[in-house]
Amino acid sequence: MAERRYTKTHEWVTVDGKKATIGITDFAQSQLGDVVFLELPSVGRKLAERETFGVIESVKAASDLYSPVAGRIAEVNEKLSAKPELINSDPYREGWILKLELAGDVPSDLLDEQEYKKLTEAAAT
Amino acid sequence: MLETIGVDSMNDLLVDIPQSLRLESLQLPNGLSEFETMAQVTALAGRNKVYPDRLTFRGGGVYRRFIPAAVAAVTSKPEFYTAYTPYQAEASQGTLQAIFEYQTLIAELTGMDVSNASLYDGATAVAEAAMMAHVHTGRDEVLVAGYVHPEYVQVLRAFGDGRGIKVRKGDQPNKKTAAVILQQPDFLGLLVDAPGLTRAAHDAGALAIACVDPISLAILAAPGEYGADIAVGEGQQLGLPPSLGGPHVGFVACKRDLVRKLPGRLVGTAHDAQGRRGFVLALAAREQHIRREKATSNICTNHSLCALAAAVYLTYMGPYGLRHVAEVSFKRAHNLAERLAALPGWELAFPERQFVNEFPIRVPKSSSVVKKLARKGILGGLDVSRWFRELKGVLTFTCTEVNDARALDELVAALQ
Repeated sequence: MAERRYTKTHEWVTVDGKKATIGITDFAQSQLGDVVFLELPSVGRKLAERETFGVIESVKAASDLYSPVAGRIAEVNEKLSAKPELINSDPYREGWILKLELAGDVPSDLLDEQEYKKLTEAAAT
Repeated sequence: MLETIGVDSMNDLLVDIPQSLRLESLQLPNGLSEFETMAQVTALAGRNKVYPDRLTFRGGGVYRRFIPAAVAAVTSKPEFYTAYTPYQAEASQGTLQAIFEYQTLIAELTGMDVSNASLYDGATAVAEAAMMAHVHTGRDEVLVAGYVHPEYVQVLRAFGDGRGIKVRKGDQPNKKTAAVILQQPDFLGLLVDAPGLTRAAHDAGALAIACVDPISLAILAAPGEYGADIAVGEGQQLGLPPSLGGPHVGFVACKRDLVRKLPGRLVGTAHDAQGRRGFVLALAAREQHIRREKATSNICTNHSLCALAAAVYLTYMGPYGLRHVAEVSFKRAHNLAERLAALPGWELAFPERQFVNEFPIRVPKSSSVVKKLARKGILGGLDVSRWFRELKGVLTFTCTEVNDARALDELVAALQ
């Protein structure tokens, strides 16, 4: 399994060759509470690094989603439209949001597991 | 207090206002008692020229209709008659239920999935619908097809300016077009090819926005039937008097997949902890007060009391009552059109086109016709050349159920 990297805005990304998978972190879903809706882009759209690609809405808040990497959208998790709660129950597997065909390199300033953990611990205190 | 804040006089608070803009003293007369005020205002109001409903044949977006007493009996209840619409679910179930019923009636009437809690008027409803299409499609141009109310188009342009939306006249959408806006019946009262324009919009990947007359929907196809994506319109005819341009009520209803782009308040149902049905504001994340910069619109309010009047009117009339009103208006207008077209020098401006209860007619010396009628206490047609140069000499006449048969006779006699 490819190593998971994180953004400060609480998205995660795994990269496998030229394919990247994107979702939001367990910490993010726990802070948001029950997710009720996702507004997602269509396949084929090109995203720049840190570009807003959608909106996630929970019973508590509505937040923008940012792409950790640049690329073309190859797949959107269609299951989320009927079952947005997959984000809560399984944020790293069934609750993935987008698959991208990578354009360029993975940015070097993404956080690793340790760094992200530190960030969330700081946020929690 | 002046001492505490460190100034000597009230005038010291005004130092930032240039001397030239200040009034040294305001010469106002002494106040009047309530009785004196009423006498003065009544005398002023007496100078207005008020045409009776039955002798008013002018529409152009605002219409005289019979308003059943039930409307005011409900809207004047103090629980509803407040300056502020209370939305708190725990305190305002009655208000929320009334809005929910209004939304249900509008959705049914337009054949759409969902309606919001209302907007200000027909003009802002058209503009808000254009914003929805712009955000939904990511395109920057809206196309106004045919004779859409010119004041609505003006408001649309004003809204569009700030959002970078270009407003163009035409009926040929392309891949830059966010929406085609049609009006059914149009500003002149004529029927347009709403299904055809809707198809053209969809073929270009644009949305179709239908601006409709709510009473006409009792006899015409609803926007939902021909596949329009957003239905909007002016709700004044549904129980509101045509007083000085307002307050009116705008409605906007859309298909389910556009609901997150729908502006304004939206009331939904929910169940409380004990399983009882209740009413709450729904999908509030669409709104400006939560995501200001991302919302489709910055409207956070509505004309709730006017929407309530519309809901009472529609409920009181029912589907048969509404149909009766529409049919009577249709028949009277067609009867009038025939008689006016028989006058020497008068002819229908678009004899090949169909209409409901308003129609354009070309007349010799339009301004003297209107003046002559005014002298006889009749409010005649609307001179539409004011907005459309190609329609020189064209007046639009309107009939509703309030123009009885004798009123029609009086109008025709005055012109003979």
